[in-house]
Amino acid sequence: MSSPDTLSAGMRSLRYVDALREAVAQEMRRDPDVFCFGLDVDDHRAIQGSTQGLLDEFGPDRCFTTPLSEDAMTGVAIGAAMAGMRPIHVHIRMDFLMLCMNQLVNMAAKAHYMYGGSVKVPMVVRSMIGKSWGQGAQHSQGLHAMFMHVPGLKVVAPSNAYDAKGCMIAAIRDDNPVIFMEHRLLYPIEAPVPEEPFMVPFGRARHMRRGDDITIVGISNMAVECLRAASLLEEVGLSVDLIDPVSLVPLDMETIVASVARTRRLLVVDNAWVSAGAGAEIAAQVAEQLGGGGPLAIRRMGFAPTTCPTTPALEAHFYPNPLTIAKAAHALAGGAGGWEPDPERARLAYQQAFKGPF
Amino acid sequence: MDSPALKSPETLVRLYRSLYLVRRVEERVAEIYPTDRIKSPVHLSIGQEAIAVGICDLLRADDIVSGTYRGHATYLAKGGDPKAMLAEMFGKVGGCARGKGGSMHLVGLEQGILGCSAVVGTNVPVAAGYALALKRRGRGQVAAVFYGDGASEEGCVYETLNFAALHKLPILFICENNFFAIHEPLHRRWAADQLTERVATFGMPARRITSGDIFEIRDAASGLIDAMRDGGGPAFLECHTYRWREHVGPAEDYAAGYRARTDMEEWERRDQVARLAAMLPEAERRQIEAEIEAEVEAAVAYAEASPFPAAEELHAHVFA
Repeated sequence: MSSPDTLSAGMRSLRYVDALREAVAQEMRRDPDVFCFGLDVDDHRAIQGSTQGLLDEFGPDRCFTTPLSEDAMTGVAIGAAMAGMRPIHVHIRMDFLMLCMNQLVNMAAKAHYMYGGSVKVPMVVRSMIGKSWGQGAQHSQGLHAMFMHVPGLKVVAPSNAYDAKGCMIAAIRDDNPVIFMEHRLLYPIEAPVPEEPFMVPFGRARHMRRGDDITIVGISNMAVECLRAASLLEEVGLSVDLIDPVSLVPLDMETIVASVARTRRLLVVDNAWVSAGAGAEIAAQVAEQLGGGGPLAIRRMGFAPTTCPTTPALEAHFYPNPLTIAKAAHALAGGAGGWEPDPERARLAYQQAFKGPF
Repeated sequence: MDSPALKSPETLVRLYRSLYLVRRVEERVAEIYPTDRIKSPVHLSIGQEAIAVGICDLLRADDIVSGTYRGHATYLAKGGDPKAMLAEMFGKVGGCARGKGGSMHLVGLEQGILGCSAVVGTNVPVAAGYALALKRRGRGQVAAVFYGDGASEEGCVYETLNFAALHKLPILFICENNFFAIHEPLHRRWAADQLTERVATFGMPARRITSGDIFEIRDAASGLIDAMRDGGGPAFLECHTYRWREHVGPAEDYAAGYRARTDMEEWERRDQVARLAAMLPEAERRQIEAEIEAEVEAAVAYAEASPFPAAEELHAHVFA
């Protein structure tokens, strides 16, 4: 347990992007079968710095660019994984995973099962979600629900630097294909991170705040936005039980259900569309397990049901934000209509980041 | 091509044994199929055996093959266990994929057989990924990936050819061109039928063999594979062939009208199983055939006797 002001021994405050890089470098040092490839992983920009230094330390056999060819390159990762290697295939935007769907869904997800357990596919697919600066329609999508739908794929979406490192190490050591979602806006945010390698186990949600009035589940970057919303809700005396699932497959429904069993109110905020999404899955499971046992209020938030526009005038209305989340939570908790969070508080809320305890 | 070494008695016996095994397993599958004991769609290799047999004869035990949903010949030619294959097709737990894969997903990692795939072309980049790992290991191993002329229309195949050439991967691409994708002839799918010339532009040796002659196939592959073991990079062979039976199922389908039986008969006259049979001394041929017949019947009996998987197996192997 620590905070940035009281770092435990071996902890430093580290940016999300540096935590990712450190995790990969440590695993590549530990295991010669780990390699990292994808368009631009070895250039001077190094995927926003997340692959910086890997080429110098490990050489071009273990850190190399590819022809764009996302479809075949995914197959290459699968084949190398079947041969016992541990590829990390990097995509600078999650939108490009649509080009990988055949290999991910028809081969990576199914190989262990349809070959009767005789092969394993230990691979990591890193993908970054963009937002703002006009990222627009094809650089902004959170497509995790598509992967959650298919048995055989693990899906993780760490929202802080500690989980980024621990999940990356766990993903690399996992014997299954892991879709690893990163959000571009999380990259510069710092949190305390141990220097030594460690794993954050999948299927264990993280409590970001403890509270009694409402359960809020925030996915990926929305976990941070929900943290900010929770601070706004202090103004009206609402205490939030804030949960970051961290991994979506496997999904720690036990923690979520236990929380909603206390609060009887659930708001799921996803970094994706609402329809048939991760929020729908979480809400459905909560309703299945707790429905009929008294009043239960459930609401989902996510992207507007539109394509993501580039202009800030419209984009501002596309995403949930701390204000809209706080107001939705307030309404769900039976608060009187018309509440507007204090603007100064809302301005300051954007500076908040989750710093533990981990 | 007619060098004595290629037709040495040992080679001849080996090739015939493999050809005959594939042919007889397929014929037995076709016989059994109407009884509904086979719980899997079957895409028979009858007529196409010479390609897999000719190539696999050159491969080491630790080399890798990757085949298609029409992969029975690939599986058997690389040393796959007929018992595990038949049991797989019967849906039994003794199958090579515990009954969970069926005819289209035969697999045998111990014999170097990567799992076959039913989504056309999907196996090609996977085989290249395996070849990348083989290259890193540096033990001179190679991969041979088989795909049909239909897969030559999939983008991922060209992406893979480029990547393999770029990284000098030890992989032999073999296009089994039987001129049909399901029922559609090549000329309705390609404006230009120069499959080999197209691949040559990726920067690898590429050769077309139109005869169906197993010795010509084997001879062509031999030099390419030797060079590959020394770091020479990938190569491509297009082998013309013909599917004697229907796309899926045990029967002929010439009555459907999309192709002429006379086309098949031309290939039947070049049948490599019959050709090699005629090249062997009678007594030796009979002995090989008797041994294979016994092996096939043992495989069928094993498949019959193997139990179906227990219900709990449904949930096993979702994750490793």
